[in-house]
Amino acid sequence: MKRKIRVLVAKPGLDGHDRGAKTVAAALRDHGMEVVYTGLHKTPAMIAEVASQEDVDVVGLSILSGAHMSLFPRVRAELQARGLGEVLLVGGGIIPQEDMAALEGEGFARLFGPGTPTTEIAEWIQGEMERKWQREEAQEGSRS
Amino acid sequence: MKDPGELTARLLQGDRAALARSISWAENGDPRFARVLEAVYDRVGRAWRLGITGPPGAGKSTLTNELARLYREAGETVAVLAVDPSSPYTGGALLGDRIRMEERTLDPGVYIRSMASRGGHGGLARAAVDACDAMDAFGFQRILLETVGVGQAEFEVVGAADTVLVVVHPGAGDGIQAMKAGLLEVADVLVVNKGELPGADQLVLDLEEAVHVRLRPSLRPDRNTADAGPAWTPPVVRVSAKRREGLGDLVAAVDAHRAFLEQGGRLEQRRGERRVEQVRNVVAERLLDTLWGSRDLGRALAGRLDAKTTPYAAAAAILEPILAAIPYPESEPSAGAAPGGANGA
Ligand SMILES: Nc1nc2c(ncn2[C@@H]2O[C@H](COP(=O)(O)OP(=O)(O)OP(=O)(O)O)[C@@H](O)[C@H]2O)c(=O)[nH]1
Ligand SMILES: [Mg+2]
Repeated sequence: MKRKIRVLVAKPGLDGHDRGAKTVAAALRDHGMEVVYTGLHKTPAMIAEVASQEDVDVVGLSILSGAHMSLFPRVRAELQARGLGEVLLVGGGIIPQEDMAALEGEGFARLFGPGTPTTEIAEWIQGEMERKWQREEAQEGSRS
Repeated sequence: MKDPGELTARLLQGDRAALARSISWAENGDPRFARVLEAVYDRVGRAWRLGITGPPGAGKSTLTNELARLYREAGETVAVLAVDPSSPYTGGALLGDRIRMEERTLDPGVYIRSMASRGGHGGLARAAVDACDAMDAFGFQRILLETVGVGQAEFEVVGAADTVLVVVHPGAGDGIQAMKAGLLEVADVLVVNKGELPGADQLVLDLEEAVHVRLRPSLRPDRNTADAGPAWTPPVVRVSAKRREGLGDLVAAVDAHRAFLEQGGRLEQRRGERRVEQVRNVVAERLLDTLWGSRDLGRALAGRLDAKTTPYAAAAAILEPILAAIPYPESEPSAGAAPGGANGA
C-alpha cells in the first residue's frame, strides 16, 4: 500500500521556541512520515483548519508555555467541529505528570514528557496508525 | 469519509474536507479517486492553472502567497498545491511551504495542500494532475502549483500547468544554472524574484538575452504553437515578493499568456496534450504496480536469476507474453504521443 502517515506538527501558544517541534518533525520524517510543519504561534482554529486541508492522520502539538490544560481541549474541540474527531492528537513539552494523566484520562491526547526519545514517539505513532488501518481494512472487508 | 458517492456529494456541496480526502485517495493510488473523478469530470477545465517552479530558495512559496493574495483581492478563489521532495531513503518528507502562506489559512476562498513527491513511475505528475482536477471540479478559479525545479519528475509536474512561471533569484549563478537545468525551456514567464537585491538587473539582462538567443520558437515546436502564427516569447518580469513590488506586471504577464493560449486553439491543444500525458501516466503506473506489486515479479525473479542470465534475457522472458497480448498495431516510426487536438472533452 502506498499510503503514508501524514502528520501536522504545530506550535501553538505564545512562547517563541520551536526547536523541539522541529526536532520531532525531522524525526518523524526520518521514520518515513510526511510531516507538514507550520511554524510558531498557531491558534487552535488554525491548527484544526490546516489538519483538515492537509487531511492528516496525526496532529502533534509542542507546548512549552504552560497553557496545555486549555490548549489540548480547545484543539480537540476545533478538530471535532470539522469532523476530525478521529485524528490522533499527540503532544509534548513541559507538562507536569499529573496534567498529563488528567488530559490522557479524559481522552484529549497522548502526551510525551520532556526528554522522551523521538524514536519512541515515532514508533508509538506508527503502531497506532498500523492498528487503526488494520481495523479499517477489516471493517471494509466485512462489509463487502 | 470512506464512500466515494458520499464524498462526491460533499465535494459538490463545497465541503473542503471532502476535497482534502479525495486528494489523499489520488496520492495513495486508491481506486476510489477514479470514481470521484468520473462523477465530477464535466466540471474540470474551468480553472487557470499556474505552475511555479525554480531553484530551491528562489522565493516560490513567498510569491505563491502574494499571487494568492492578489487573486483574492480581485475576488477570485485560489487553491494551492505545494510539492516538496520525499527522502529517497526513508520515504518521509518535510512539507514546509505553507509556512509562507500562513495568512491565508482561515480564508474560506483559499485551499492549500502540501504533497510529497514520493517515489517514481510518473506517479507524482499523475497525482498532481489529479489533485488539480479535484480542485478545479470543486470550483477554485486559480490553481497555483509550486514545485522545486530540480529533476525530471518536477518538470513533468509543472508541465501540467496552463502557464508556467520559472522563478530565479540573483546570486550564486542561479540564472545560468537554471538554463543548464532546462528550466528556461519550460518557462512561459521568467520571474526574477528578490529584485531589490544587487545582481537582479544583470540577471534580468542575462535572461532576456538567453530567451532571445536560445529560445527560438523553432526549438520548441511542441509548445504554444498550435499552428503557424506568432510564437510566445517568455517575458522576463522582475519582482520582489517580499516588498510586494512588480507583482502587477507579473499578473499582467500571466493574463497575456492566457490570452495568447486562448487564441487559435492553442489552449485546447495544450490541454489535450496534458490529457494524453495523464493517460500515459495512469497506464504506466498501473502496469508497473501490477508487475512489481501484486504479481511480485521481483520475488519471482529472485530465485531464477543467476550470474549467467543477462538482464536482457530475463526481461525478454517476462515481456514476450505481455507484448504479444497488446491489441494495438505498431504505428509509423515517427508517430508521436498525441495527434494534435485529439481531445474530445
Ligand atoms: N530579499 C528577498 N528575499 C525574499 C524575497 N522573496 C522571498 N525571499 C526570501 O527567500 C527565502 C526563501 O523563500 P521561499 O518562498 O521559502 O522560497 P522557495 O523557493 O519556496 O523555497 P523552497 O520551497 O525551499 O525551494 C525566504 O527567506 C524568503 O523570505 C524577496 O523578494 N526578496
Ligand atoms: Mg517553497
